[in-house]
Amino acid sequence: MVRPRRRIGVLALQGAFREHIAMLDRLGANGVEVRLPEQLEGLEGLILPGGESTSIGKLAVEYGLVDGIARMAREGRPIWGTCAGMILLAESAGHPDQPLLRLMDISVRRNAFGRQVDSFEADLSIPALGRKAFRGIFIRAPLIEKIGERVEVLARLPEGGIVAVRQGNLLATAFHPELTADTRFHRYFLAIAS
Amino acid sequence: MDRTVASWTTKKGLAQMLKGGVIMDVVTPEHAKIAEEAGACAVMALERVPADIRAQGGVARMSDPELILAIMAAVTVPVMGKCRIGHFVEAQVLEALGVDYIDESEVLTPADESHHIYKHTFKVPFVCGARDLGEALRRIGEGAAMIRTKGEAGTGNIVEAVRHLRAVMDEIRKLQNMPEDELMAEAKVLGAPYELVAQVAKTGHLPVVNFAAGGIATPADAALMMQLGADGVFVGSGIFKSADPARRAKAIVMATTHYQEPKILAEISRGLGEAMPGLELRTLPKEQLMAVRGW
Repeated sequence: MVRPRRRIGVLALQGAFREHIAMLDRLGANGVEVRLPEQLEGLEGLILPGGESTSIGKLAVEYGLVDGIARMAREGRPIWGTCAGMILLAESAGHPDQPLLRLMDISVRRNAFGRQVDSFEADLSIPALGRKAFRGIFIRAPLIEKIGERVEVLARLPEGGIVAVRQGNLLATAFHPELTADTRFHRYFLAIAS
Repeated sequence: MDRTVASWTTKKGLAQMLKGGVIMDVVTPEHAKIAEEAGACAVMALERVPADIRAQGGVARMSDPELILAIMAAVTVPVMGKCRIGHFVEAQVLEALGVDYIDESEVLTPADESHHIYKHTFKVPFVCGARDLGEALRRIGEGAAMIRTKGEAGTGNIVEAVRHLRAVMDEIRKLQNMPEDELMAEAKVLGAPYELVAQVAKTGHLPVVNFAAGGIATPADAALMMQLGADGVFVGSGIFKSADPARRAKAIVMATTHYQEPKILAEISRGLGEAMPGLELRTLPKEQLMAVRGW
C-alpha cells in the first residue's frame, strides 16, 4: 500500500508561499495553500512564509485564521515561521498595533539589519542540520532579541545575533531556506511533523 | 565568514516576498499610513499619481527626496521610488536615500530614448515595465530584479494591462512548446538575450517576479490580473482617486489574496463608493500614451 503523502499547509495570504510548496513537494510531502480557516483541517503541519508581516497579519485576522493556527500549535502540530512568519509567531515585535499570533516566547526586532540595500547572504553554522554550513538569505530580515526559558537556539550569526530557534513543535528562522536549493531545514521541519 | 550584501538572490528575493500583495502609489505620509493600514505589501512614494501627471502634462521627474524620506519614516513596509527611464543619476539619488526598490518608470518623462539604466551595478533592486516577453527579458538582461506589465497608467482602464499580461503569458507558453533548435531564431524575433529565452523555455516562467500594473481600479480588476497569472498588483491612481480610498485599498488587498473566490470578491466589492474616473483609450492622443515609452 502506498503511504498517503503528508499534507503540510503553507499560509498563502501574501508572500513567498509557492517557494515553500515547491520545496515540500520536492521532499515528497503535499504542500497545500491555506487562505481560509477551513483549509487548516487535517494538516500535519503549517508554514508561515516570508512576506510583509503587517499585510499577512491583517489578512489572518480579517479571515479568522488566528484561532485555528493557535489551536494547531496547542495540539502539538508543528508550525514554522520564516522571516515575516517568525514575526507573526513572536510574543512582541516592537509595534504594539501590529496583529501577532504570540505563540512563541520570543521578542523580535523588525528590519533589524536596515533597509533592502543591507539585505545579505551569510554562511550559518546550524548543528541540528549537520556540519556543513547553511546559506542564510536575509532580506529586510528581523532578529530575535529575547528568548524565554523553553526556547532553544538553533543558529546565531557570527556576531552573536539569534536567527533560528525552536520551542517544542514551533520553529522560527529570520532567513529564507525556501530561496536556496538546500532542503535540510525543510527536512528538519518534516521530521518534527512525523 | 562569507557574507555577501545585495546579491542577486536578495534583490529578486524581496520581490518574491511581495508576491500576492498590492503595491500602492502614495503622495503623502498620511496616504502611506492608510495604505499600510489597508494591508499594502509596499508603497510607491511619488509627488503625483499618474492620473494627475497625465492631467497636468509637462515633464514628470523623480520626486523630491524630502517627500520620499517622510514616507519612508511613516511606514514599516518597503518603500519604492520612481526614476525616469535612462536617468541613472536619479537612480543613484534614490539608492543614496535608501529606498527599497527603484521603478524605472514610463510614467515619468523618459530621460533617454535609446538606453535604459544598466541596473546590475546598483545595490538597490529595480522593477521595470514591459508590454511583452521580449521587453521583459531585455530589462532583466540589464539587471531588473522584478517586472511589471505596463498597462496604461492613470487611466483606470484595465484593457492595456490585460493585453500586456496576456502577451507575456502567451509568449512563454509558445517558448515552452518550441524545439531547442528554434530558440535562437525566436530570441532574434523577441529581441531578447538568448540565455534568458532558453531559460524561460525550460522553466515556463520569467526568471523574476511579474506584477501587473496600469489601470487597476477595482477589486475585480486586481483579481482578473491575478487569475491571468500576475504574481501581484500595483495600484496607482485607482485608490487615492476614488471616493473612499481606505475601504477600496483594503478591498483590493483582499481581492488579490482571494482572487479565486468569486463569493468573497462579491462581498468585498459591495458599496465601495465611486471608483476613479476612467479614460477610454481611443480618445487619448498618441503622444499621451505612456506604455510606448521605453523599448
